[in-house]
Amino acid sequence: MGNKGLDKAISGEYALGFEIDIETETVPPGLNESTIAFISKKKEEPSWMLDLRLKALKKWESMTEPHWAKLDYEPIDYQAISYYAAPKESLESLDEVDPKILEAYNKLGISLEEQKQLAGVKVAVDAVVDSVSVTTTYSEELKKHGVIFCSISEAIRDYPELIKKYMFSVVPMSDNYFAALNAAVFTDGTFVYIPKGVRCPMELSTYFRINAINTGQFERTLIVADEGSYVSYNEGCSAPTRDEHQLHAAVVELIILKDAEIKYSTIQNWFPGDENGKGGIYNFVTKRAICKGDNAKVSWTQVETGSAITWKYPSCILKGDNSVGEFYSVAVTTLAQQADTGTKMIHIGKNTSSTIISKGISAMKGQNTYRGLVKMNKSAVGARNYSECDSLLIGSQCGAHTFPYLESKDTKGQIEHEATTSKISDEQLFYLRQRGISEEDAVSMIVHGFCKEVFSKLPMEYAVEAKALLELTLEGSVG
Amino acid sequence: MSSIMKIENLQAKIGDKEILKGLNLELEPGKVHAIMGPNGAGKSTLSKAIVGHYDVDVTDGNIIYKNQIINDIAPEKRALEGIFLSFQHPVEIPGVNNAYFLRTALNAKRKHEGKEELDAAAFLRLMKEYLTLLDMKSDMISRSLNVGFSGGEKKRNEILQMMLLEPEVIILDEIDSGLDIDALRAVSEGINKMKDGKRSFLVITHYSRILDYIKPDYIHVLKEGKIIKTAGPELVAQLEEHGYDGIEEE
Ligand SMILES: Nc1ncnc2c1ncn2[C@@H]1O[C@H](COP(=O)(O)OP(=O)(O)OP(=O)(O)O)[C@@H](O)[C@H]1O
Ligand SMILES: [Mg+2]
Repeated sequence: MGNKGLDKAISGEYALGFEIDIETETVPPGLNESTIAFISKKKEEPSWMLDLRLKALKKWESMTEPHWAKLDYEPIDYQAISYYAAPKESLESLDEVDPKILEAYNKLGISLEEQKQLAGVKVAVDAVVDSVSVTTTYSEELKKHGVIFCSISEAIRDYPELIKKYMFSVVPMSDNYFAALNAAVFTDGTFVYIPKGVRCPMELSTYFRINAINTGQFERTLIVADEGSYVSYNEGCSAPTRDEHQLHAAVVELIILKDAEIKYSTIQNWFPGDENGKGGIYNFVTKRAICKGDNAKVSWTQVETGSAITWKYPSCILKGDNSVGEFYSVAVTTLAQQADTGTKMIHIGKNTSSTIISKGISAMKGQNTYRGLVKMNKSAVGARNYSECDSLLIGSQCGAHTFPYLESKDTKGQIEHEATTSKISDEQLFYLRQRGISEEDAVSMIVHGFCKEVFSKLPMEYAVEAKALLELTLEGSVG
Repeated sequence: MSSIMKIENLQAKIGDKEILKGLNLELEPGKVHAIMGPNGAGKSTLSKAIVGHYDVDVTDGNIIYKNQIINDIAPEKRALEGIFLSFQHPVEIPGVNNAYFLRTALNAKRKHEGKEELDAAAFLRLMKEYLTLLDMKSDMISRSLNVGFSGGEKKRNEILQMMLLEPEVIILDEIDSGLDIDALRAVSEGINKMKDGKRSFLVITHYSRILDYIKPDYIHVLKEGKIIKTAGPELVAQLEEHGYDGIEEE
């Protein structure tokens, strides 16, 4: 009698794999200057933006795809991807969202109708389907507080000064191969500006949905928190179940000025593919924050359960004195998923401090790599870092790997690193089952215990969602 | 008298090794059965077979509980139906809060019996009572399950679970090993408190001391994969004096 239930318990099912039945306008596959001109025209962009995009394309063409990560995937044919897809707008109601999209978002648990939101918890949403933002809720109400919350395409048209000042200031277009690609072809994403001294009155969020076939998703998000302001921003995503891989290459830039704070949370649930590695999203993302002013604070919290391939290192440049960077991560790889994720903490200012809590969970054939850099410049007198990287293995075919890098230029900085690897053993599961707890519940009990430290950093509504998602990912068809 | 559990001609292997070689045993309701026997005789294997542990491969014979053959019933089902094993070596589970675990187990049981789940306040009241009785520090339940517990603390935590889940067949595999005098008394009191004339106990031990406290009705000697002798409590003294060598299969 073997413990066969274990495989069943972790053969997570993807619940969001439906397709929204809408007409889509797409550009034919291929990447060249005319594709970019097409995108720029669609977005009604000023010519300076088009020039920047074309410059980025040149850069990208001179670069090569990086392969230092511990990821093994089929080569990406960049000319076989369509770089623009958008739901066709119904003619009679330009201002209104296609009811099918509303319905799809409802199915994803997100209301795009302001008046239908639960009383008490207001969450403003930017809804992005493929290459366009279909609607942004509460924009008007936020405007009263001076908060700008709109799609990046709109921001390029309406707030060119802010865009020119801040876009590419944290992640330059030539930063890396995927960032350059994004700079050339980015289609939509969210722009947020919180003015001086304003505490954003509601949670802001963007929900990305890849829907069209054979297209890539290349969004760009830019958040600026002016002096003494605060915002909590959340992103979520999903995609239909398809046999082909789809590329997602996003860029997120956060700018935090003096005494300001951004709390950035992600629940990443792109389609993971199947247990043989067929299908699933290739997720290559560059996320970086700069604490520009003194006492600025940023925290990245991520729960990564989706994607076939994840390449992602949300980072913090701690420039202002006393600034604080935090990274809290739960990354789950099951089926044949591979994740190479972590963070970079660059200490420049005095008395800067950073915290890294990374929890990797691997099941089935999943491969999970933590890769993190803590760098302390000479100027970072009194800097402190605490890192903790824990791995949990479920079953014997999966793997966990940890690569912490340290660079300390003889500052008197204080760096503490802890790492553990544990395994859910058959003996542990049996113990719980002998007490009447089902195998599925036993697995999720151990997993929740393992990640509760990170979940506690998510805003309440999202913590509940993340918990449920994890259960679904790891437990398959329970009950 | 009809039995609550009956084990008939049980043969079981671990890996390729035959451990139980035609074992027969009947547990009577309301009685305390003690099993004694040399190291490696198969006592823990028997307890694992009863609860459906994956290590043990039952090749022949039957385990009958409440008139039903349970050889192929899932472990959690056996547990919910009232079979409890206090493990010889309880496993540590990092990250799982002990109180949360205890409450989940209790509520799984209550749900199975069609009862309402116990709320946090009622649960804590119950806990307090048991912790006092077992002379356990209250921080034991806010720690990770068994993690860093001393040997004696682990055993007390097993007894705590037993009291909470109120099982009908209670198997205690060397509950007395590694306990100091006070712990042995506390644990024995816990066990005695559970005696209600209906549930039955299978107590595996090497020592007479715990038996002085919990007063067994029967002593079974397990040797080389079989029960070779069954007698009343007077057998203990004889075993203490002469060991197992003199005992022949009846
Ligand atoms: N997982 C295992 N793999 C191989 N052999 C095992 C395993 N578990 C038990 N055995 C063997 O089975 C035999 C019976 O073991 P068991 O644990 O049932 O003995 P026991 O009577 O409980 O002994 P003790 O009094 O020392 O606890 C021993 O020879 C032991 O080595
Ligand atoms: Mg034993």
